[in-house]
Amino acid sequence: MGGTASKLPKDLLSEYQELTFLTKQEILLAHKRFSELQGRENGPYSSRVSMEKVLTLPELKSNPFRKRICHVFSTSDLRDGSLTFEDFLDLLSAFSDSATLEIKSHYAFRIFDFDDDGTLDARDLEKLVNCLTGETDDTRLTVEEMRQLISNILEESDIDKDGTVNLSEFQHVISRSPDFVSSFKIVL
Amino acid sequence: MPRHKLIASESDVSVEVEDEGKDNEFSIYYVEVEENFEGGKEKQATRDGKRRRVRNSEVGRRASEKRTNEAGNKRAEKKHDKRHKTARKEGEKHGRKQRRKNADADEAEEESGKEKKNIKNERTKTLKLEDEKEKDVKKKRKKHVKNEEDNAKPEKTKHKDCHDMPLKEKKKKRKKPETISESESKSEPESQSDSDSESKDNPAVGVLGSLTPEELEKLKEAVDERKKLIATLRGKPWPMRKKLVVLRESQEFVEKYEGALGKGKGRKLYAYKVMMMKKWMKFQRDFENFKTACIPWEMKIKEIESHFGSSVASYFIFLRWMYGINMILFGLTFGLVMVPEALMGKPYGSLPRKTVPRGEEASAMNFAVLWDFGGYAKYSVLFYGYYNSQRAIGWLKFRMPLSYFLVGVGTVAYSYMVVIRTMARNANEEGGGDDTSFNFSWKTFTSWDYLIGNPETADNKFASITTSFKETIVEEQESRKDDNIHLTRFLRVLANFLVLCCLAGSGYLIYFVVRRSQKFALEGLEKYGWWERNEVNMVMSLLGMFCPMLFDVISTLENYHPRIALQWQLGRIFALFLGNLYTFIIALMDAIQLKRAEEEIVKKNMTIWQANLYNGTMPDNSTAPPFTAHPADVPRGPCWETMVGQEFVRLIISDTMTTYITLLIGDFFRAVLVRFLNNCWCWDLEFGFPSYSEFDVSGNVLGLIFNQGMIWMGAFYAPCLPALNLLRLHVSMYLQCWAVMCCNVPQERVFKASGSNNFYMAMLLVILFLSTLPAIYTIVTIPPSFDCGPFSGKNRMFDVIQETLETDFPAWFGKVFSYASNPGLVLPFLLLLVLAIYYLQSTSKTYKRVNMELKKKLQTQNEENKKKNKLAALKAANELEQQRSNSASDLGVNEESSSLDEAGHHRQAGHNGRFIHPSQHTQNSGPPVTSTHTTTRTPASRGHTSSGHLPGHPHQPQKNSHSKRR
Repeated sequence: MGGTASKLPKDLLSEYQELTFLTKQEILLAHKRFSELQGRENGPYSSRVSMEKVLTLPELKSNPFRKRICHVFSTSDLRDGSLTFEDFLDLLSAFSDSATLEIKSHYAFRIFDFDDDGTLDARDLEKLVNCLTGETDDTRLTVEEMRQLISNILEESDIDKDGTVNLSEFQHVISRSPDFVSSFKIVL
Repeated sequence: MPRHKLIASESDVSVEVEDEGKDNEFSIYYVEVEENFEGGKEKQATRDGKRRRVRNSEVGRRASEKRTNEAGNKRAEKKHDKRHKTARKEGEKHGRKQRRKNADADEAEEESGKEKKNIKNERTKTLKLEDEKEKDVKKKRKKHVKNEEDNAKPEKTKHKDCHDMPLKEKKKKRKKPETISESESKSEPESQSDSDSESKDNPAVGVLGSLTPEELEKLKEAVDERKKLIATLRGKPWPMRKKLVVLRESQEFVEKYEGALGKGKGRKLYAYKVMMMKKWMKFQRDFENFKTACIPWEMKIKEIESHFGSSVASYFIFLRWMYGINMILFGLTFGLVMVPEALMGKPYGSLPRKTVPRGEEASAMNFAVLWDFGGYAKYSVLFYGYYNSQRAIGWLKFRMPLSYFLVGVGTVAYSYMVVIRTMARNANEEGGGDDTSFNFSWKTFTSWDYLIGNPETADNKFASITTSFKETIVEEQESRKDDNIHLTRFLRVLANFLVLCCLAGSGYLIYFVVRRSQKFALEGLEKYGWWERNEVNMVMSLLGMFCPMLFDVISTLENYHPRIALQWQLGRIFALFLGNLYTFIIALMDAIQLKRAEEEIVKKNMTIWQANLYNGTMPDNSTAPPFTAHPADVPRGPCWETMVGQEFVRLIISDTMTTYITLLIGDFFRAVLVRFLNNCWCWDLEFGFPSYSEFDVSGNVLGLIFNQGMIWMGAFYAPCLPALNLLRLHVSMYLQCWAVMCCNVPQERVFKASGSNNFYMAMLLVILFLSTLPAIYTIVTIPPSFDCGPFSGKNRMFDVIQETLETDFPAWFGKVFSYASNPGLVLPFLLLLVLAIYYLQSTSKTYKRVNMELKKKLQTQNEENKKKNKLAALKAANELEQQRSNSASDLGVNEESSSLDEAGHHRQAGHNGRFIHPSQHTQNSGPPVTSTHTTTRTPASRGHTSSGHLPGHPHQPQKNSHSKRR
């Protein structure tokens, strides 16, 4: 994959269009933003940008799942959440307007699966709820409330009653939600 | 590795495992070839024989087109040698290939059959495709084998053939994608040499020419599958690198083999078709890009979306949607009514209706008059009264009155269509969204709005999510007990009473004001100031501004849940607007009656005036045309239609003005004050009393809806209304975008956007219906003015249809139409419609019920399956344990056989893994990552005997060769 940071090769661009839910303009914009993140020190765009830098994007800054998002989309072997431009495009594609419910729910599941074990268990759910209620103490739920909440969630979505929510159960629940697709979006 | 595990949806794993099996076949093949290469093994003779048979059958198949097979034995001998050569060649080739691949670490590992699922998965797709192709090929081969046996080689058993052939074929077939994945330049000669080695005895036959029609068919299928793969690739949750690899492979495959399909003349056509297809795809993609680039205000809305979340953005999307509809309405009225009349109709000043009357001429150009749409504006193409009743105008013979009528009807029809279509689509999207069985899960999984990019909004969102969690928990724990239910009830009744009083009061006020304005109008507006002239509109706008606030205050009495409170609030505002609008219309009806009475008087006076005119002029000179009076001097009727149109236009203008002024004062100045006075004030203004204003989504949407209602109502009498509305929407888009971004804070209570979407649409539909009612009523019941508008001189406005039918259509058409409009036909038709609606409704109900039942069934089935899988997994695990202990002694065999074992049992492992996999989710004990490893790895060390457990498995030959070796 040749090319420099300044410009995307044309054939690669069309391939990206084929492979993502993004339009040409969006890809170019993403490329511009990504080059800005990269700064000038590293040339080829296949190089990685560290998670800290990616998280400075205003679109991700206030997202409670920002670190998870980076980890999920990163293809780095070091598991440091750093993103290449292609990872970044994957991210934007999954969060784009036209992405399907299937792919969105798939990535949502992986984002919520904090320990990467393929299921959402009680600990994952607890972390998830803590992310949703924010960091401060006054918004946090009490232990009792948390227990109640998690047991309710499991009661609803754990169809096979094994104490965890797996991907198909998750997708089953999500697919009925009226506003998942409209809210699971990030635009540059 | 764990990351990859996550991908493991069930289908994924099973595919992976199959993949493994195939790789092992590969390594087996490799081993076999090596064996041949080495020579001198004790079973080489048998193996060779087998392979030769294969080869012969192969060649025989190829050659059967040209020659018969009578010289079997002799050639077999010859081929024995050749066989060695080709086998060696293939072995070398394979070695070469592998070496090359070794450079690429990923693929090398795949080849060597190690467990690197991550990487293997990259190839899963291609191999899966291959697998399917192989199946087809196998079937075909079996047929071929039969033919073969009839032809030449009776000595071998059918059974062996059946197993040898597929394997052999598979090898050949698989080479294709393998080579494709390499650079094209290399893959070309290789695949050629592949088929070359087969068709050596028959060199005249070309690579592609030698393909049978069936093979071509297969190839075509494969190409189509690749194409499908390319199309669906973006929906796969794979990392980009993998997608890129797969895409490139598939594209190369398609490119390479697409041209080969079809033969002779058809081939050229096919190539042409393929090329056009490619061009068309590219064009479509570009067009798609162009389309998204053409969506107006996309960036603006996205910016707002990222600051305020999707609910505020939904208002702007709604606004844009409205803008689109108004654009169409504007296009219709402008293109089919206003422009033709302005261009082809009689010019200004040619007719009394097109001229400012003498009395108004002096002030007709004053700004104040024009602002009120009087003077020149009133006698222009903007209003109903200006249009002439001439049947056809200009050189085009444009049927003006007909066009006017049809456009009026068309705009309403179009609006109905669009609104209902959108509602239906929304309902589809929501499909089962009202299912409340996942209340908690939805709150957890879907409540975060990923668009939020503003820390403040995020904080609000955190708070609102927490409260909603707490609320639902409390609600779940105990249904809320009202300690003082009587007080609450009393307060609610009181609140509703107060609201009703407000509504009645505002209604009366409007009625009073309208009547007063009629009195003013009768006495002549010149005597009064600005307030008296604009009283009606101002009162309506002010009521619309302050009553909602009042309702808000009153609703605090009721102590409802915020969402229910919002619904009440919306309902009340709706009632207020509707009440105001209808009072306004009723008052207008009164005015119309007055005008019509006036018209009667004018009509009488007219005849007197005309008689006077004749009397005065006739004696003087009889040659002069009968009407010498200047059109401005001709007495004329009050033209109630123009009056109605004017009222609506004024209403719209004043409504727009109030909206903008409230925006400026309520949002902008407030924000400026709070921002700059905060430094020198005794309490914190930003978080204390005035604070910044929130963006009121529901209020704004309601305003928009009512505005649209007025447009629909008045558009018939003032063709300029859509244009005005377009302007208003355009301006408010920019103004509100600016205001939101610069001086609003995110809402404290963030409501979901999508849930209310159809609610707003339903409101729009109601408003549309209610606003077309009075318009239709006036059109149908009130006779048009006698001296203005396109329908002047007719008894009713819709008579224009009758007239057109009689004069412009052949006689039989009119007859048919009159029959069709006969009540005897219309009534049964209506009845039929009602029946159809009833039928559709009942079927939809049944479908719903069936749907629910199926859902339940699915759920129970799911549970059963899980249980079954758990059992199967346990059983399999037990079996594995046993076999492992059995075969522990068998482990130290020579190298080849162990590799063969491994190969054979990977396939087996695949099957086990497939069975076991679903239960991995369900087994809570231990991290599943390791469990997969154990389940897939253990069989590798198992004894070879177990491969016999797979009857009919394509890998039987391994077992055969194995047993022979021992």
